[in-house]
Amino acid sequence: MKKWLQIIACTLFACMMTAGSALAKDKIVVGFSQIGAESAWRVANTDSIVSEAKSRPHIELKFSDAQQKQENQIKAIRSFISQGVDVIAFSPVVETGWEPVLKEAKRAKIPVILSDRAVDVQDDTLWVTFMGSDFVEEGRRAGNWLMENYDRLKNPDKSSDVVNVVELQGTVGSAPAIDRKDGFAEVTKGSAFKIIKSQSGDFTRAKGKEVMEAFLKSEGKKIDVLYAHNDDMALGAIQAIEEYGLNPGKDIIIVSIDAVRGAFEAMVEGKINCTVECSPLLGPQLFDAVEDLMAGKELPKRIVTNEGVFPAETAAETLPTRKY
Amino acid sequence: MSQVQWLRSENFQRMLWPLMALVGILLFNFFFTPGFFHIEIKDGRFFGSLVDIANRAAPVMLLAIGMTLVFATGGVDLSVGAVMAISGAIAATVIRPDYVKGVLEYGEVQSLFLVLSIPLFFSLLAGLWNGLLVAVIGIQPIIATLILMVAGRGIAQLITQGQIVVFIHEPFQYIGSGFLFGLPFPIILVLLTFTVTYLLTRRTGLGLFIEAIGANSIASRFMGIRERMITLSVYIFSGFCAGLAGLIVCADIKAADANNAGLFLELDAIAAVIIGGTMWGGRFTVFGSIVGTLIIQSLTTTILTRGVAPEVTLVFKAFVIILVALIQSEKFRQLFSNRMAGEKVRTS
Repeated sequence: MKKWLQIIACTLFACMMTAGSALAKDKIVVGFSQIGAESAWRVANTDSIVSEAKSRPHIELKFSDAQQKQENQIKAIRSFISQGVDVIAFSPVVETGWEPVLKEAKRAKIPVILSDRAVDVQDDTLWVTFMGSDFVEEGRRAGNWLMENYDRLKNPDKSSDVVNVVELQGTVGSAPAIDRKDGFAEVTKGSAFKIIKSQSGDFTRAKGKEVMEAFLKSEGKKIDVLYAHNDDMALGAIQAIEEYGLNPGKDIIIVSIDAVRGAFEAMVEGKINCTVECSPLLGPQLFDAVEDLMAGKELPKRIVTNEGVFPAETAAETLPTRKY
Repeated sequence: MSQVQWLRSENFQRMLWPLMALVGILLFNFFFTPGFFHIEIKDGRFFGSLVDIANRAAPVMLLAIGMTLVFATGGVDLSVGAVMAISGAIAATVIRPDYVKGVLEYGEVQSLFLVLSIPLFFSLLAGLWNGLLVAVIGIQPIIATLILMVAGRGIAQLITQGQIVVFIHEPFQYIGSGFLFGLPFPIILVLLTFTVTYLLTRRTGLGLFIEAIGANSIASRFMGIRERMITLSVYIFSGFCAGLAGLIVCADIKAADANNAGLFLELDAIAAVIIGGTMWGGRFTVFGSIVGTLIIQSLTTTILTRGVAPEVTLVFKAFVIILVALIQSEKFRQLFSNRMAGEKVRTS
């Protein structure tokens, strides 16, 4: 009797195993190595990827958090390779040092997708596509929106022959700070818009407020426009402007980048005039790309995130739909 | 002590060079930065770059006051920046407990007492933790406080779930951006903390005890100083100062930013203490640390107002700080003056 039971148990077990592996074959297994949870933007990014994977039944996500350490990411990618996942995707924490591990992935014939940040490797066949925001384009969009809308929004007693712009840069040397500065400078070159002061606010509210305070002390009412490389700095600067006794959004036109929920709240109150989106919601695009890849389609080397420009007029209706 | 005696006293001599450095930076602005010394009164409030300097320096001044005493015992507190983040994160969470879960409504308005006392309680606890590791268990201060420096920011991020918790709470915001007697409230807080610290350390024996511990802890134990107890309370005090500084920053921007609040400020505080003339283990001057902080902040405000390119800002800052540190070093001054004297002899 016991023997019989054992045999039945064994066959059942064997059946389950084969069924399990058969099921796994239908599924596309994606290994994703995230940088960490260093900012609200990143948290939204993770949420988007995890929840999108859950909503697609034929995708299985293996998620790994690197806690801002490259060695953790390399470890995670190696373990994805040894588990034999179908696709590896990751947001590289730094640009350099990826060659060896990406070569291992290539040897194992696992395609690699870069999400939101690029890598610096000689051989660009090591990765399939780089998906993420185009920071230069964001700067251009901010500049273009400003030039098109300034006359309409400006304080009537200000001239539009010379427009004095102050710029709050991001962390010195970071890719978004360099690119957003360049993009904005590129489109406003030769126009009436002149950047009279430009300092780093380190992408933070507290620094944004402190730097704006100093700008106001030295330039005062001469300032017509504030261009901030992210919303947090703009939100800090708004407080400085109010404490100085000016109306943000009216006396000083404010354009910033990121489109986080806080910026929409400020836009509803009329304190920010426009924010250019830099979306962390890469999940849907990422898994679309994964499915295309598995279906044998050729992917473009660069996939730019779908992003919008949100002026204050649309803020009230958009605010409830913002996820981050 | 008569006036002249005071001018010759060691305390004043030690203060002389940092004060001169501060006066130097301010003089530079007086001549080259138009409007820097302009102070006007707007709605009964003082308003100008000088007020900004004192106001922006307030959090670091608080850190430096606590750090000075820690330094004097021969220790260092690296965790102050992280404690700032924790205290801000807790304050914001007390005001908006459900924000991290995505609930935007405030719920009932918390009393100011709770918003202040809960974060400060945990800051004291953080200080106690550092103090226990250093004074009771005997771990090297730099390692003992490094633990909380690393873990503390993680704790703050756990509290806010990695989000920036924004809030509106009028009485609490007063701590960061209110005005009292025409001055920003943070400045008043610093003056209060400074006065209390000064009276406690210089009008009682406590200051001497702290210096004795820093100079030789074993000898002071044999002398009957309760060395562990005092070291412990110095770290607790430093935690308290950091908590207060965290509340100021958090209330000022009306948000708790666990990633960035107080980031690297422990280094600013250490620099301020050293520039101010406090030696590691031994004689300390709280006033000197205040001057040290003002030097660093007037430098920052000068850079921002004058518009030095952001790429060279840090190098410029480092250059001035090295200069100040060199001027302060007696050996360097001697070397320099000997050399000058030598040159003169040779040329004559």
